[in-house]
Amino acid sequence: MSQRVAVCAVAQIKNQADIWYQRFQSMLFECVEAVIRETGVTFDMDKGIRNIVTCSDDVFDARTISDNGMTDVVGAHYRGEEKAAQDGANALGYAMASILSGHDDVILVTGHCKESQSESRRMCTNLAFDPFYTRPLGLDYLNAAAFQARAYMQKSGLGDGHLAEIVARARQNGAKNPYARDNEPVTKEAVLKSPLLADPIREMHWYPVTDWAVAMLLCCEERAREFTDKPVWITGFGSCMDSYFLGDRDLTANFALKKAAAYAFRMAGITAPQNAFDIVELNDSIAYQLPLWAEGVGLAEDGRGAAWIDAGGPDKQHVNLSGGMLNGNPIMLGGLARTTEAVLQLRGEAGERQVADAGRALAHGTTGPAGQHHAVIILER
Amino acid sequence: MKPGFDTTDCYTIEGKLALPYTYFAGRVGSTFITTLRDKQKIMGVKCKRCNKVFVPPRQTCERCMEDIRNNWVDLKSGGEVVNFTVVRYDDRHLPRKAPFVLGMIRLEGADSPMVHILEGVDPDQVKIGMKVKAVFSPKTTNTILDIDHFEPNV
Repeated sequence: MSQRVAVCAVAQIKNQADIWYQRFQSMLFECVEAVIRETGVTFDMDKGIRNIVTCSDDVFDARTISDNGMTDVVGAHYRGEEKAAQDGANALGYAMASILSGHDDVILVTGHCKESQSESRRMCTNLAFDPFYTRPLGLDYLNAAAFQARAYMQKSGLGDGHLAEIVARARQNGAKNPYARDNEPVTKEAVLKSPLLADPIREMHWYPVTDWAVAMLLCCEERAREFTDKPVWITGFGSCMDSYFLGDRDLTANFALKKAAAYAFRMAGITAPQNAFDIVELNDSIAYQLPLWAEGVGLAEDGRGAAWIDAGGPDKQHVNLSGGMLNGNPIMLGGLARTTEAVLQLRGEAGERQVADAGRALAHGTTGPAGQHHAVIILER
Repeated sequence: MKPGFDTTDCYTIEGKLALPYTYFAGRVGSTFITTLRDKQKIMGVKCKRCNKVFVPPRQTCERCMEDIRNNWVDLKSGGEVVNFTVVRYDDRHLPRKAPFVLGMIRLEGADSPMVHILEGVDPDQVKIGMKVKAVFSPKTTNTILDIDHFEPNV
């Protein structure tokens, strides 16, 4: 039985606004082929990929059992395939557990989403709410997050200026990442003038519509060198689900994220998270979430996220050098995008944004209204 | 667009997901919704262990794992705005045209605030702490919209 699980390869396409000319199947197929090319992995039943974990969303794909449209793309015919209908960080956690338990040695993990397919991302996420108490009111992930944004800004002293700074920084960082969505650079002033969408959230505070796909090869410690000379180890994972109803939660307490982080830290033997990481990637789908999640993983003190921004915390602690979710990744794939960046950094393949000698990274994923679910992954070189 | 990608013969088709459903509201939900509809009364469920009153109702207190399905308490139809947002976009799933207000309202007698539409106040004048009351819908939909909206309680 393996003690550690290696990420042997990651392959992604560029995040883009509207890949109208490709089906999501062919977007992902490019990634799967790249993983095969890079690692030499096969689908041989003795030595190759016998199990696959995919991540996708039925409503965004507009077909139920959305993995059913992908089984041939990921080579899943005649073998095991499971889908995580949840942030892709959970797909990685599941694949990791499968290897650690001795169930299998080599697992392909994939994710895909074409947000551009739907008329409205908000309509899609309205369907995540129950049909009796919340869906008829028009709740969606954006207006649900607005409650959290207001409560958090009140608690932490985070202001419109901080949010503008966070957006401008995300786009500056994104511009250095060849796989990041191409966005216009913006000034703080432009963000401050961006129209309100759901107070206090402005249009530019919300991540833009994005299409993307990614594939990763995970392997047990004993066999990792068959596929790569530069394994990156998953040394910690934790996830936690908060209450469903917004009114049942303390929206600023980071309950689920703290639990997820605590599990991951315990597994990785981390006791002082504030100084434990060379790279941190947080799943900030809306600007206010960057400091809120930073509190949740222990980079900033509770309720002090605004002060953390003022003190240059994001740059000092190398947070979201990829541009983050805020620069553009599709829903459900935030955790996979964060992990992808962490792996590139730990392999020394992050180009212009490379942090010298990066040895340990934290990658975070979240889905659900106002961060109902969180997952934290620790990766080490 | 990806440089060099040949888009000859690339074609998109229009599609739509629209499927009528009949959902069972559950026993707890049925009681809650039919009471709203027939008696214009909002009820919550109380956990005997932690004494918290929840609305929307549920059959188990998730903190105490206590069965609370039959422990109904009547709530006032008035309460207080504890959080709000002004929805400034239009979309097909929304119950009102923009701009409109969604509030988190803590009803008198309840511990957990519930989300609902807030009307009768300029969106820019909504304040946390504002007292509001439920206005029941003249026409039933058998959902939470049997409360049509909340409005300032003056």
